[in-house]
Amino acid sequence: MSKYLLRRLMIVIPSVIGISIVLFTVLALAPGDPFEELATNPNVPPEVRANLRAKFGLDDPVALRYVRWAGSMLVGDWGFSFASRIDVEHLILQRLPTTLIVIGMSQLLALAIALPVGIYAATRPYSIFDQIASTLALIGFSLPTFFTGLLFILVFSIHLDWLPFVYRADIAAEGWRFYWEHFRQALMPVAVLGLFQGASWTRFVRSAVLDVIRLDYVTTARAKGLAERAVVMKHVVRNALIPVVTLVALQMPTIFGGAIVTEQIFRVPGIGSLLISAILANDTPVIMAVTFVLSCLVILFNLIADVLYGWLDPRITYR
Amino acid sequence: MDEKELRKLIDEVKVGRLSRRSFVKTVAMFGLTAPMATQLLTWSGVAHAQAKSVYKPTKRGGGGALKLLWWQGATLLNPHFAVGTKDQEGSRIFYEPLLAYDDEGNFVPILAAELPSVQNGGLAADGKSVVWKLKKGVQWHDGKPFTADDVLFNWEYAADTATAAVTIGSYKDIKVEKIDSHTVRVLFQKPTPFWAEAFCGTRGMLIPKHLFESYKGAKSRDAPNNLKPVGTGPYRFVDFKPGDMVRGQLNTSYHEANRPYFDTIEMKGGGDAVSAARAVIQTGEFDYAWNMQVEDEILLRLEKGGKGRADIVSGGNIEHIQLNTTDPWTEVDGERSSVKTRHAFFGDAAVREAMNMLVDRQSVQDHIYGRTGVATANFLNNPERFRSRNMKFEFNVDKANQVLEAAGWKRGSDGIRAKDGKKLKIVFQTSINAPRQKTQQIIKQACQKAGIDMELKSVTASVFFSSDVANPDTYTKFYCDMQMYTTTMTQPDPQVFMNQFTSDEVATKDNKWQGRNISRWRSEEYDKAFKAAESELDPMKRAALFVRMNDLVIGSRHIIPVVFRPRVAAISNQIRAPLSGWDNDLWLLRDWYREA
Repeated sequence: MSKYLLRRLMIVIPSVIGISIVLFTVLALAPGDPFEELATNPNVPPEVRANLRAKFGLDDPVALRYVRWAGSMLVGDWGFSFASRIDVEHLILQRLPTTLIVIGMSQLLALAIALPVGIYAATRPYSIFDQIASTLALIGFSLPTFFTGLLFILVFSIHLDWLPFVYRADIAAEGWRFYWEHFRQALMPVAVLGLFQGASWTRFVRSAVLDVIRLDYVTTARAKGLAERAVVMKHVVRNALIPVVTLVALQMPTIFGGAIVTEQIFRVPGIGSLLISAILANDTPVIMAVTFVLSCLVILFNLIADVLYGWLDPRITYR
Repeated sequence: MDEKELRKLIDEVKVGRLSRRSFVKTVAMFGLTAPMATQLLTWSGVAHAQAKSVYKPTKRGGGGALKLLWWQGATLLNPHFAVGTKDQEGSRIFYEPLLAYDDEGNFVPILAAELPSVQNGGLAADGKSVVWKLKKGVQWHDGKPFTADDVLFNWEYAADTATAAVTIGSYKDIKVEKIDSHTVRVLFQKPTPFWAEAFCGTRGMLIPKHLFESYKGAKSRDAPNNLKPVGTGPYRFVDFKPGDMVRGQLNTSYHEANRPYFDTIEMKGGGDAVSAARAVIQTGEFDYAWNMQVEDEILLRLEKGGKGRADIVSGGNIEHIQLNTTDPWTEVDGERSSVKTRHAFFGDAAVREAMNMLVDRQSVQDHIYGRTGVATANFLNNPERFRSRNMKFEFNVDKANQVLEAAGWKRGSDGIRAKDGKKLKIVFQTSINAPRQKTQQIIKQACQKAGIDMELKSVTASVFFSSDVANPDTYTKFYCDMQMYTTTMTQPDPQVFMNQFTSDEVATKDNKWQGRNISRWRSEEYDKAFKAAESELDPMKRAALFVRMNDLVIGSRHIIPVVFRPRVAAISNQIRAPLSGWDNDLWLLRDWYREA
C-alpha cells in the first residue's frame, strides 16, 4: 500500500510540472495584453505601456518567465495581479469563502436529492415514482445552468419579486436578518447548481443500486427474512455507494474552482467569476494561479478517490 | 453673423446693455445653440449665471444607502493606475480633481477655489501658464489639511516614469510651482489653449502626499493605500474587494455644505449589462448602473412600467468607417497598408463618394442603435460649439450607381463593377459585436445593389483592439479595405481627439503601429490647421479651426461617420444625479440625492 502511494506520488510530480508548462505556454501564446485598454486611450503615451510591460516582465522570453513563475510558486508566492496590483493570494482568499458556501451548499443539496431519490427509484424499478424521477433527472441535467439560472431570475425575481438576483458578499444586517438575507440571495444560485448536479447523480445512484440489488447475496439476505429496510441500507447501499463516493470525491475540486457561468449570472463573487474576469482582462498571474491550483486539486482528489476505493472495497488490491 | 458682430454683442452684454437671455436669443437666430452662446459668454469673461446642478437636500446625510451597479467591477483604487473607466469611477467616490467637466463640457471647480480666467489673473495672456487657487479648509479623510504640496506631489508622482502611472500623459510635459500654501502655478512648454487637463477631470484626481510620498517611483505598487483610498471626496473608504465591491460611508467633514446626502455607498461589480439594466430599471434592486451597452429596444421594454429609466448624455464617441488610403494587399518593406502605396480604387473620389451614399446611417440609427447611436455627418460632434453645420449625409443607391457609372466603373457579366481590370471587391472588417455585424449587413446589401462586392470580416474584440505587433488582424494594422469601430473622445477639448488625422501620427511598422492615424489619410491643409489650433488662444478662432478640420476629413470621403454614441446609464426614477459625457459618471457624486 505505501509502495503504491509512493509510486502514485512520484507520478504526480511530473504531471504537475507538465500541466503548469502547458498552462503557462498557452497563456503566453494567447493574443491579448493586460494593458490593452491603455493602447486605445489617446491620453496614454505608448511608453507607459512599454514601461508597465517591462516592469511586470512581460517582454522577457516565455521560458524565463516560466522559470521565474515556478520559482516563486515553490516558495509560496502566487504572483502579482496586473489588474488589481495586489498579490494573487489575497484575491483568491477574498473570494474563497463565498465559493465554498455557495458551491458547497449546492453539492450538499445535490447529494440530499440524489441519494434518497436514486435509492428509492432503484428499489422499485419501473414504478411510477421511478419513471417520474428518471424523467425529471433527464430534464434536469439536459438544461444548462445558464438557462435555468435566467429562468429562475425571470420567475422569482422579476415576475414574483421574491428573491434578489444580485449576490452580495457583505450584507449590512445583524442577527437573524443577516442569515435570512444570505439565505434568500443564496437560494437561487444554490438551487440552480444543486438541481443540475443532483439530477445527474440521481441517475448514477439509481443505476449503481440497481446493479447491486440483483446480486445473489441480496436475495440471500431477503431469504433470511431480514427486513427490507435493513437489506437495502446495510447490504445494498453500502456496496452500491463505492463508485458514488469516488464520483463525489472527484467533484470536490469544483468547490474550489467555482461555477463560472452561474457565478456570472448571479454576480456571486467567487473564484469562478474571478477567473473569468481575469481571463477577460488578460491578467495572467491570476488565471495561472486559479487554473494551476485547480489542476493540483484534481490530481489530489483523484489520488484520494483511488485510495478510498480500495479502503471501501477490500477486494481491490494495490500493486 | 461673423466674428466681429459676435464680439460686439458680447461687449454689450458685458457692459450690461444687453441681457444674457437676449444675447442667447439673438445668436440662436443665427444658428448658434444655447450652450454655445453661454460658452462664448463665459470665455469672454461674463460670469456664469448659476451652477446647473440643483441640489435640494438641506442637511448632510439621512439618505440611507446608495447602491451602484457596475457590470465590470473596479479592480484598483488608485486613480493614477486606473486602467479603465471602472477603476476611475471606483476612485472617484473617494478622490476629487481640482476641476471637473459637466455635460456640456463646461468647467466646474471642485477643489479649486475659483475657475482660472484671464480676468482674475489665473490664465497667462501668452497661454503658457495657469495659476490655481485651491479651496481652503479642505481635509483629507484622515483629518490632514489639503494644500498646495499635495498638488505638487501629484505632479511629481505621475510624471515619474518609474511610477508607471497611466496618467503620465497629462503631467510629463508640464512644470508645477508652489506659490503659497493654497496656490500653485502650472507652466506649459508652449501656449496651451486647453489648460484644464492636469489635475482636472478623469485624470486629475488628487492623492494625498503624506500617504503616498514614500511610495513614489518604482515602489508605487507597494503602497497600502492603493487599495485603501484616503481622499477628499464626499464618501470615506470602508471596504474594497477587487472586482466585486467598493464600499464607503458619509464623510462628515466634507468641504461642501449639506453634502453628501447618502449615509453609505456601495458599488457592486460583475455580471452583464442587460441584467444590470434589469436590476435598476425593472426590479429597483439597485439605484444606478453604468455603461448600458444594451440594445435600445430592450431598454425601452424595461422602461415600460419600470422603476427606473435610461439616462442618456452626449459625449464625443463616434462609430465610423474608414476607407483605406493605402493598399492593404501589397507588402512593402515588411508591412501591408504602407503609406508608400495607394489603394487600388479608394484613390478614386467617385468610389468614395458612392460609398458615402451607400451607408444608410438613418436605418442604422432607427433599427440598430435607437437612442444609443445618433446618425451624423460629422466626425467631431460634441461639445456642440465644435460641431460643423456644413456637412450633410444622404443614402441614395441610385445616385451611387450614377456616380460610379459616370466615373467609368462598368458592371461586368457577374454584376460587379470594374474599371481598367480592377474589380470593386471590398473586404470590410470590424470587431465582433452584434450591432456592428448588423450594420455591416445593411451596408453590404446596399453595396450589392450598386455593383460592389463586399466580403464581411469580423474579428474578436480582444484581438481587433489589441496592440499585438504579430497579429495581422488588429485595427491599427488595417490590413483590409474598409473598417469600422468607435473612437472615443476622452475630454471636452477636441485637440487630442483630432490628432488622429495628422500626418505624423500615421500608424506604421516603424512606430509598431502605435500611431493614432489609422486611416492613414494625410492632408497638408489639415496638418496646418491642426498646428494652428494647438497654439490658438482665441476660443472662437480655435473652434473654427476644428470645424474646418472636421470638414476636411469628411470632405475627403475617406472617413464615413455612422452614428455618434452618447453615454447611457440606467438610473432609478427617484435618484437625481447630474451626469456628464466628458467626465466620470460619478464626477458630481456629492450632488446625488433621492427625491421623496
